[in-house]
Amino acid sequence: MNNMKDIVLKYVIDEYLDDPDEELTYDSPLISGGIVDSFSMVSLKRFLEATYKISLPDDRATPEAFDTVNSIVTLVEEFISKKS
Amino acid sequence: MSNIGSYEERVKNFEWSIAEKELGYEPGGDINIGWYCTDRICQMGKASKMAILWEGLGGVEKKYTYNDLRLRTNTMASFLIGLGVNQGDRVCLFMDKVPELYIGVLSVLKMGAVAQPLFSAFGDESLFIRLENAGTSAIITQRKHVGKVRQILDKLPGLKNIIIIDHDGKKELKERETVFAMDSAVQVEHFDVAKTKAESPSVLHYTSGTTGQPKGVKHVHYSLISQYLTTKWVLDMQEDDIYWCTADPGWVTGTSYGIIGGFATGATNCILDTGFSAESWYRFIQKYKVTMWYSAPTAIRSLMKAGDELVKQFDLSSLRHLASVGEPLNAEAVIWSEKVFGKAFHDTYWQTETGSMMIVNVPGLKIKPGSMGKPFPGITATVLDENTYEPVSGPNKPGLIAFRPGWPAMMRTYWNNEETYQKKFKNGWYLSGDKAFLDQDNYFWFIGRDDDVINTGGHLVSPFEVESALLEHEAVAESAVVAKPDEVNMEVVKAFVVLNEGFEPGDMLELQIMNFIRKKLSPLAMPQEIEYLDKLPKTRSGKIMRRLLHAKEWGHDIGDVSTLEDD
Repeated sequence: MNNMKDIVLKYVIDEYLDDPDEELTYDSPLISGGIVDSFSMVSLKRFLEATYKISLPDDRATPEAFDTVNSIVTLVEEFISKKS
Repeated sequence: MSNIGSYEERVKNFEWSIAEKELGYEPGGDINIGWYCTDRICQMGKASKMAILWEGLGGVEKKYTYNDLRLRTNTMASFLIGLGVNQGDRVCLFMDKVPELYIGVLSVLKMGAVAQPLFSAFGDESLFIRLENAGTSAIITQRKHVGKVRQILDKLPGLKNIIIIDHDGKKELKERETVFAMDSAVQVEHFDVAKTKAESPSVLHYTSGTTGQPKGVKHVHYSLISQYLTTKWVLDMQEDDIYWCTADPGWVTGTSYGIIGGFATGATNCILDTGFSAESWYRFIQKYKVTMWYSAPTAIRSLMKAGDELVKQFDLSSLRHLASVGEPLNAEAVIWSEKVFGKAFHDTYWQTETGSMMIVNVPGLKIKPGSMGKPFPGITATVLDENTYEPVSGPNKPGLIAFRPGWPAMMRTYWNNEETYQKKFKNGWYLSGDKAFLDQDNYFWFIGRDDDVINTGGHLVSPFEVESALLEHEAVAESAVVAKPDEVNMEVVKAFVVLNEGFEPGDMLELQIMNFIRKKLSPLAMPQEIEYLDKLPKTRSGKIMRRLLHAKEWGHDIGDVSTLEDD
């Protein structure tokens, strides 16, 4: 698996989803949907930083930016491109 | 005109019998919180009044009148009795903020059992510790959380019934599991409410201390008296109020004021069962025309971070009165709320153990931004010298916040731990564990905890509990946990760890340890940062000097280090 969306989605499902029957998509609301709470957001941020070797500043790692897999990927790609 | 009127006059002429009379309670008679929050409101001619306006993910709505509440609590209470749940048994409610949680608590109270609400984000170990200590006989939960219960079931032979409220039939039920569908069940019109008395146990909430496991705080039905009166006088609950208490009933605010205070005063209670976002909160206030809003400093600071422009996109003119609880409300937040909402948040101070508000900012009393306010009428509060346990003389002297016992909602004991309960009292004062000073006008100003307990987002986390759990991770040889300052949550958990041989420090290991704690205990207990050390600072007798690590995090002077172990 090397598609970033799938990697992030799998991580969210494995780590944060209580109900194994719940289906998540790239657009499912993670923060506003109560799947990832504000405390757990810190571990999600840490996962992204460690996996993609980037540093996400706190003012960009907002609940809005982390609300869906799609928005997360957009943010991560922005910081990966800044790196290169 | 506010319900309390003149604070000074109320202090002068105060008796708890004011609330007893309003509630029609005769000392020595029956008092059942479940009945007061449902049947009584119906008997007052408000059966068709809206009791709950609930919204879940995707804008799904549910609405319940007070008559619906009466019928559903009758039905759920009857169901529990049918399962063999007896008066005095502990029934855990382990759910998100769904209507069944609120109605479930009232149902348990109505049939005379003890309601034990637990935060649904707790991991299996946190859940096990609390269920085992309470000797819980039944748990009401959702399909999404039942997996955590199944993991610990073998260790809990006394847990006889697991009630799932949203079973869809797709998977088979397992051992001890049963289904209760609240809305589609045949509603029970008549139910014999348990004839509980003032001292009958009602609610069991767990709270963390510096050492030892979490303690079960036992409350009784008489707590209603001060929960009712503080809701009326501090939250200023009026006949037509649309009330939103944002707290989760897994914590004491969500029970004392998110359930008991709101329903006992016959208010319309709004519940939002989704994650936090500033936009969704403002939209919720606008949609339901919330008038009384009781929230927490962490949430208020998060709203501040979202900016003033966002506020302007919503019509929040329905807001009439705002209050806050959880940790000290900083002056900036009070000033900001006045600027953007046209109303100041009124800070309130109390604890799981006190059961109801103790030091408050009531309507009409001048707010000193950043101050905790003044004692609620009928509450004797002081600041004690830390050595003599006598009240400090004169203003601006720091000491321990203490109360004279005797208010109705005071905890009656720690469950199975009377010894620790007794240690909470000195010279006839109940010691809160918090420090403050009094100013020249007798306003209280919060300083901090007098122990190592971490207050994160208004919830207490025991460093001992996190350290113990950390040691269960294969990579961790030793650990020390302290509070770290945080702009939004006031404090967050930070862990210092020494690794076992064969493990290398690194980002992925840090993440693995963080997630290990999050799943085992809760997201609140998860260290937000882990620092690797070669060794922990210890006294010569081998005790970890947590104080040193704490001082380093807060930039404080490290003080006396003469007992520090040499290299």
